[in-house]
Amino acid sequence: MANVPEDLHYSKDHEWVRVEGDQAIIGITDYAQNSLGDVVYVELPKTGEDFAANEPFGSVESVKAVSEVFTPVAGSVVTINESLADEPEKVNTAPYGEGWMIRLKMANPGDVDSLLTAAEYEDFTKAESE
Amino acid sequence: MTSGITKVTTHISPNEQLIFERSQQGRIGYRLPALDVEESSIESLVPKEFLRDDDLEGVPEVSEVDVVRHFVRMSTWNYSIDIGMYPLGSCTMKYNSRLNERVARIAGFANLHPLADEADSQGALQVIYELQECLAEITGLSGVSLQPAAGAHGEMTGIMIIRAFLDARDGAAGSARRTMLIPDSAHGTNPASAHLSGFSVKTIRSTAEGLTDLDHLRELCAHGDVAGLMLTNPNTLGLFERNIKQICDIVHEAGGLVYMDGANMNALVGVARPGDMGVDVIHLNLHKTFSTPHGGGGPGCGPCCCTKELEPFLPVPRIVKTGDTYRLDHNQPKSIGRVKAFFGNYGMMLRALAYTLTHGYDGLREATEAAVLNARYIAEGLTSDFDKPFNSPPMHEVVFTDKRQSRKGVHTLDIAKRLIDYGFHPMTIYFPLIVQGAMLIEPTESVGRQELDQFIAAMQSIAREAVENPELVLNAPHDTRIGRLDEAAAARKPVLRWKPEPSTDYAEKPARA
Amino acid sequence: MRYIPNSPEERKEMLEAIGFQSAEQLFDSIPQELRLQRPLNTPAALSEIELLDKFDRLGRRNAAAQRTSFLGAGAYSHYIPTIVDHIISRSEFFTAYTPYQPEISQGTLQTIFEFQTLVCQLTGMEVANASMYDGSTALAEAVLMAERITRRSKVIASAAVHPQYLEVVKTYVQHAGIDLELAEFDEKTGQAGSALAKAVDDQTAALVVQSPNFFGCIEDLKALADAAHAKGALLVVAITEAMSLGLLKSPGACGADIVVAEGQSFGVPLSFGGPYVGLFATRDKYARQIPGRLVGEAYDKKGRRGFVLTLATREQHIRREKATSNICTNEGLIALAATVYMEAMGRRGIQEAASQCLQKAAYTAKRIAGLKGFSLPFSGPYFNEFVVRGPRNAVDLLARLAKEKEIEGGIALSRFIAGRDTDFLVCVTETNTREQIDSLVAALSEL
Repeated sequence: MANVPEDLHYSKDHEWVRVEGDQAIIGITDYAQNSLGDVVYVELPKTGEDFAANEPFGSVESVKAVSEVFTPVAGSVVTINESLADEPEKVNTAPYGEGWMIRLKMANPGDVDSLLTAAEYEDFTKAESE
Repeated sequence: MTSGITKVTTHISPNEQLIFERSQQGRIGYRLPALDVEESSIESLVPKEFLRDDDLEGVPEVSEVDVVRHFVRMSTWNYSIDIGMYPLGSCTMKYNSRLNERVARIAGFANLHPLADEADSQGALQVIYELQECLAEITGLSGVSLQPAAGAHGEMTGIMIIRAFLDARDGAAGSARRTMLIPDSAHGTNPASAHLSGFSVKTIRSTAEGLTDLDHLRELCAHGDVAGLMLTNPNTLGLFERNIKQICDIVHEAGGLVYMDGANMNALVGVARPGDMGVDVIHLNLHKTFSTPHGGGGPGCGPCCCTKELEPFLPVPRIVKTGDTYRLDHNQPKSIGRVKAFFGNYGMMLRALAYTLTHGYDGLREATEAAVLNARYIAEGLTSDFDKPFNSPPMHEVVFTDKRQSRKGVHTLDIAKRLIDYGFHPMTIYFPLIVQGAMLIEPTESVGRQELDQFIAAMQSIAREAVENPELVLNAPHDTRIGRLDEAAAARKPVLRWKPEPSTDYAEKPARA
Repeated sequence: MRYIPNSPEERKEMLEAIGFQSAEQLFDSIPQELRLQRPLNTPAALSEIELLDKFDRLGRRNAAAQRTSFLGAGAYSHYIPTIVDHIISRSEFFTAYTPYQPEISQGTLQTIFEFQTLVCQLTGMEVANASMYDGSTALAEAVLMAERITRRSKVIASAAVHPQYLEVVKTYVQHAGIDLELAEFDEKTGQAGSALAKAVDDQTAALVVQSPNFFGCIEDLKALADAAHAKGALLVVAITEAMSLGLLKSPGACGADIVVAEGQSFGVPLSFGGPYVGLFATRDKYARQIPGRLVGEAYDKKGRRGFVLTLATREQHIRREKATSNICTNEGLIALAATVYMEAMGRRGIQEAASQCLQKAAYTAKRIAGLKGFSLPFSGPYFNEFVVRGPRNAVDLLARLAKEKEIEGGIALSRFIAGRDTDFLVCVTETNTREQIDSLVAALSEL
């Protein structure tokens, strides 16, 4: 059973968003890391880059697959999780904590309203796995 | 633990470290004649700053015996066609004849420089020409270039030809026609090659039957931006696209061209020809259908064959015949250009022509029949134990899924690894992508009935083990010199070369075995 | 047919066992109208004796293969130790498949790992792949890689790069949105000259240079690297004569960013142009942009070291249209031949062979330059190839040399470059004896 923390927002592409003021921290969900398998490499953008909502900002690689990662909200990159360069496995072991990927300054704080709640995301993943 | 395994027990598997770990300062494995001209000081010939100053540090120093033992020992760790069957779908691992090897080593070819005068290379050019003729007849497509060095290279060539043809035909309007349609079951080289020609890719769905969805094809063609369709026939599920004529018509009516990935020609040679199906351009894999050796990853040869209409766009130079003379024709202004220096992988052309002549026109057809028969035979033998997703009769290869076994937690990867314990190389796994846990099996004509029966028995045994003793399968292989490798760790911290340990004086390394 | 294990009778039994009456039924899913209604119009089967006779006769029709040769220009006659062919003829190497199942492919994988290491050592670079088709396609892929890395679309190549290599690059970049420009070479020295370094600007993805170049001249790679880096561009170095790496400063030590080479000089026969092997090497930081296969070290649960294909997410079977290349099959067995060569000749042998090439070429050049009517038009330093300017049309001169003296004396430049009718390229290797060289000189003075 995948972990789905209550206090986060979720996208249908299996990313999570944690809101802190006008900033958003983004990563991939426990469900996503489980499907991918052992993460070997994470490609992240540079600070200062701008993204629209649902634009790909990077990718996550396992041994046999690569998946693009999309930002559920629009914004500009404030910081990236540099530690993932040396320890990409954090995405597997702590997807909501140390496995965070980017921190954005949101262009439209209202973007999060169209995202899924924890309960909605849980239903969504249940439906997908059937 | 290994009940019922008849194909193997164990064999010698010596250990052998890297050559750099074997190296000992002062050992040599060669001897050149003494220099027989006056020696000038090197610095008078080449400025000092252009000269190497590291004395090739790190490059090994070993004796000839070291080298021979080193490689022979490592060779014993490999499975190979000469040892037994490779049921690898899409790879056509047939017998690599020794006779072909001998032909390729004939001094008149092996010592021939590619820039020697045409008049002094007539024998070599005749080989290319004759092979071109044979391939044109086999494919039903008259234009042939042997320049591409591998299937993907031939694909790139074929798609560039399509692009050049359309741009010539449509002029500026051609820029609106940049979509290449590719089935969801396609090999990865297909979209990669399309991308190299500046096309974007749209995926066509397959029907529940495993064939191209004609309605979806019509829908995508209606957009008006379709440059062409890339398909494999039989497709990567081993099924013949019986609507191929209709498919070609739909694409042609929409103004596009049809490219066929010829990887599965082993099901068609002497039986049916892509040119007769409406296909415009195809690539072949001589290292599959025409038995040139896989060599652990090449060399290959990926000829590109096309209709008369597309011939002007083929790579240059063309090899032509005027009277009794073979010539290089560089005068092809519409050509897409050269795709490789010189003529292509010539040594593989020699082998492929030898293959074609050794079989003769009847032997070629016989090989096709035997290949399809072997695949059908395996399909029959495995249907009761493995889930077969498609009912249509498979041609030279058949696909199964791990649906039944995965309910017990045993997956395709595990089945493949356990097959190794039974003495077989695994089948192609997880391809094509549209089949869950795909196991694609292609025996080729080069497998005898006993080995086919052994393979079927091995698979049936593994199916039983998956239920009765899953640990055996999950932890396979058990009897190889190395177990499953931690590929994730290898990818996270890649070590892609040997490096000397720091502060090791080369001369002081203790002698190794 | 003797390559088909099951006899016709056995096949008949198998057909019956699976419910068929005839082999024709196996093809029921192919519509009747698409099936070939006649036998293939290819030749009838030949026995082994007849086949060998045919190919032997064809081989003898290649007069050039029998002659003393001074031909280079991208394909070289070097000594090949006997054990090279013996080892690549081992069943377990040449009939083996691509090493996707590492547990039963460690022979292939470890030899590739050694190959990658040797390529790094010789080129002075940090990471090398498992091979490309040849030097020309490796160069084309290097250009595409430079564009991916820098996101710039202009590439400037020296006009002294092998003309066929430039043609291949042109073919590859024609739809990639890359602007390929040529910079004129220096007429006096035969080197790339100042035009190449001057042409680089902040729109340039890479400078492309060959060293030794098509005329045999050695380039100042360090100066070019500095010029490229000053504008944020990469230096791509191509090498057609791999033996030069045994004597010349490695491109890596000069600051090259991507090095590609033709490896044919290392244990690979001429074979009318192929199969050869492309070497491809670069800096660690660009490893994920490399095309082609990579073999890496890995460990199993018991801590045993092995090797495995790695970083596969760059490749076509995973990344498909976004892959770093479409390459799948490469030149595995030829890379093995080169590996055996490099290990058999080793640290001393490669340097000695290279040194003999240099000395014999210098001797040849000096003697030819001393002949009336002959000169060396380029003043730049060379390794084992150099341009000779003769007293009249080179094509005619070389044809007479071949027909009357049984010597392949060189390659007329007019075959590649307009207006150089009296120039021809001469290559000398460790396989050319003093006697052969003296014969060449005598023949030239006579003709």
